[in-house]
Amino acid sequence: MSQRGIVLYLQIHQPYRVRPYSVFDTGTSHNYFDSNEETDWNNQRVFNKVADKSYRPMGRLLTQLLSTYPEFRISLGISGTFIEQAREWAPDLLDTFRALVDTGRVEILAETYHHSLSFFYSRDEFERQVELHQSLVFETFGVLPRVFRNTELAYNDELAQWAEQKGYVGILAEGWDPVLEWRSPNYIYQPYGTSSTALLLKNYRLSDDIAFRFSNKAWAEWPLTSQKFHEWATSALSGDQQILNLFMDFETFGEHQWEDTGIFTFFEQFIDAWSHEADSTFYTTSEAIAAHQPVDTISMPHTVTWADSGRDLSAWTGNKLQRESLRYLYSLEQDILRTEDDQLIADWRHLQTSDHFYYMCTKGFNDGDVHAYFSPYNSPYIAFLYYLNAIRDLRWRLHVHHRTGGLSG
Amino acid sequence: MLGWELPPHNSGGLGVACYYMAKALASSGTDIDFIVPYEAEHPAIDFMNIRSASRLSPLERYGLNAYDGSTVYKRLSDADAGDLRDMRGVQRRYVQFVEHLLESETYDAIHAHDWLTMEAGMRAKEIHDIPLIVHVHATEFDRSGSDSGNPLIHEIEYQGLMMADRIIAVSNITKSIIVHKYNIPADKIEVVHNAIDASSFDDGYDYDDSTYTYLESLKSEGYTIVSTVTRFTVQKGLTHLVHAAARALERYDRLAFLFAGDGEQRDELIHLAAELGIADKIFFTGFVRGKQWRDAYSVGDIFVMSSVSEPFGLTALEAAHHDNALIITNQSGVAEVLDNIYRYDFWDVEALADRIVAIATSPALKKEMKQNAKAEYTRISWDDVARRCVEIYQTTRSKGVLA
Repeated sequence: MSQRGIVLYLQIHQPYRVRPYSVFDTGTSHNYFDSNEETDWNNQRVFNKVADKSYRPMGRLLTQLLSTYPEFRISLGISGTFIEQAREWAPDLLDTFRALVDTGRVEILAETYHHSLSFFYSRDEFERQVELHQSLVFETFGVLPRVFRNTELAYNDELAQWAEQKGYVGILAEGWDPVLEWRSPNYIYQPYGTSSTALLLKNYRLSDDIAFRFSNKAWAEWPLTSQKFHEWATSALSGDQQILNLFMDFETFGEHQWEDTGIFTFFEQFIDAWSHEADSTFYTTSEAIAAHQPVDTISMPHTVTWADSGRDLSAWTGNKLQRESLRYLYSLEQDILRTEDDQLIADWRHLQTSDHFYYMCTKGFNDGDVHAYFSPYNSPYIAFLYYLNAIRDLRWRLHVHHRTGGLSG
Repeated sequence: MLGWELPPHNSGGLGVACYYMAKALASSGTDIDFIVPYEAEHPAIDFMNIRSASRLSPLERYGLNAYDGSTVYKRLSDADAGDLRDMRGVQRRYVQFVEHLLESETYDAIHAHDWLTMEAGMRAKEIHDIPLIVHVHATEFDRSGSDSGNPLIHEIEYQGLMMADRIIAVSNITKSIIVHKYNIPADKIEVVHNAIDASSFDDGYDYDDSTYTYLESLKSEGYTIVSTVTRFTVQKGLTHLVHAAARALERYDRLAFLFAGDGEQRDELIHLAAELGIADKIFFTGFVRGKQWRDAYSVGDIFVMSSVSEPFGLTALEAAHHDNALIITNQSGVAEVLDNIYRYDFWDVEALADRIVAIATSPALKKEMKQNAKAEYTRISWDDVARRCVEIYQTTRSKGVLA
């Protein structure tokens, strides 16, 4: 019988945030993303900050852990917009990640280049972005991804069927209770309507204990020690349970949870202890799929994501501001692509990154706090206005330079 | 003349109106002492005496609290600074100054502007029995946009209006509020509409069509630009304008709406536009001044004043100067002085939508309305306002003070 194991998947992503782009910029300056100001919409500044706090120290730690523990494995999702920014502002990070991949024990997952929600708005554009990402990953790391994960873990049966048709051996999703009901996320499952693609479900309790609650002093379990987490992980894999899927942002380490919370030490100690545990190991996503058989079929006809208390798309498409923005954005698709204007197409695609819609979220309570933490703007309405002006400028460029698409509003 | 501000130290329309009114009065031969609550240079004013009621700077005229006290204490004694901490303190000082002034000066009339100076006006009348004329630019009912408002201000307004020998209201709407809300006899109230000094626009301004590049592109595609330049507050009735925009766009889609300004209602308006599916048809500029402000008028074809309650509404005349066809609510005073405009009731979304589409789809109508409104506004002169004021000064006798 196969060993039980931990599947650790970390998502690496940075968007191109829209600078304060006013009515007065529209039709005049076509640069939506560059800012030299000392602000949170200066993408280079944010990138360098996160590189120092998270990408570099965590990269070093992973390198060290891989050389110390032969069984240690991780899987990484790296968005195309992150790779673009790293190329420009911190190429050393790509060297670090390339060295990780070269160990043969770090798997890169497939996704959309632009960290977009295109699957839900344009299947053609979605496939183009997945192909763009695949080319970029191959060019950068020399590997071809075999497992798919969609932006923000947004998943439904249709996506799984698409992934199977494209030859992916597996796909990732949230292990959300209302879907699982009595079932455990700690097994491999078969997505509904597929036969050769496996489904890995995030154990959101244990994942979020690290990602969200680690430094929360109001949490009854604070402080979270590696011993305590080890016990939880062990009991999660009691009986014949196979895999513990810990999925989270890479930036959890050092950025969402700062170094002084002890997150790096915690992680190192936990990996050390798990490496010494009998009959336990680590898997990359595709190794986990190869090592275990699906125990049941799971259907998710409605889209499930890893965000907010509803685990749906409402963080990005829940309000009218977001839906209007998405409507304007994707209605430009045919006109934009027809121009074959690389810069225009790139700008349009950078505006597809899901973060833009996240900043427009108007939810209150806990979810709203999380959104505010990640937003560079002081209000979702302001985020919406800048975004809308950028959309108008795309229309203006289409009209003036390409004579396609009438201007509108 | 008792006022609270004069250009360049004004925050709003009151200072502008006082300036032009006093200038026109002076040129018709009236000698004016103009009292302001602060001390500052007024380089453009040589036609009257400006007297300062305190040593506060113009920014401090609503009280010291909001500002860093450290610089103030160097100029003012501790006792002074303490007294001038809030608005009421500044108003008390203003009254004391006027009392003191009247020991050495004599005046034929006291002309007090708005509630801010009414107490000083009442005191002057009380001591020396000088005819008191109270000029109402806005009441607390207008400012609060409701029947509530600040009870203390209501009380001062009520007393000032009761004590006044004559009242000047800037519109019939304002007169009606004074009559109905404060129970003041209508025959004590004269309506003298504000004016606009057309020459104030001759400052070398040249429309720059690159300020609103995108809107200019829309215009060259045959779009009509509907604009409003205002504070985004409930009083301005802008939610009705957004609803009307949606109705108008259902019938004719070559319309874009420019909302120039900012205010507490901004997010509500943005959300409403998205809710109605017309977010990309409405352009929010944020707060504009200088060239962006002038150009906001110039880029427009139709100017809408959607106010629920507007004592006068100078922006409509500014829009007329910059070649806009005007659509104004019946609840805005400025609608009383213009004939070549469309009027509607602020709640009547259908009527507003109809009028927008009518102008946008008829080039002849648009041209006619623009030209006629411009011709009309230039006939409204501050000299007429001054003539009316002089008549009022000459015919007002102090009716004494009830003991």
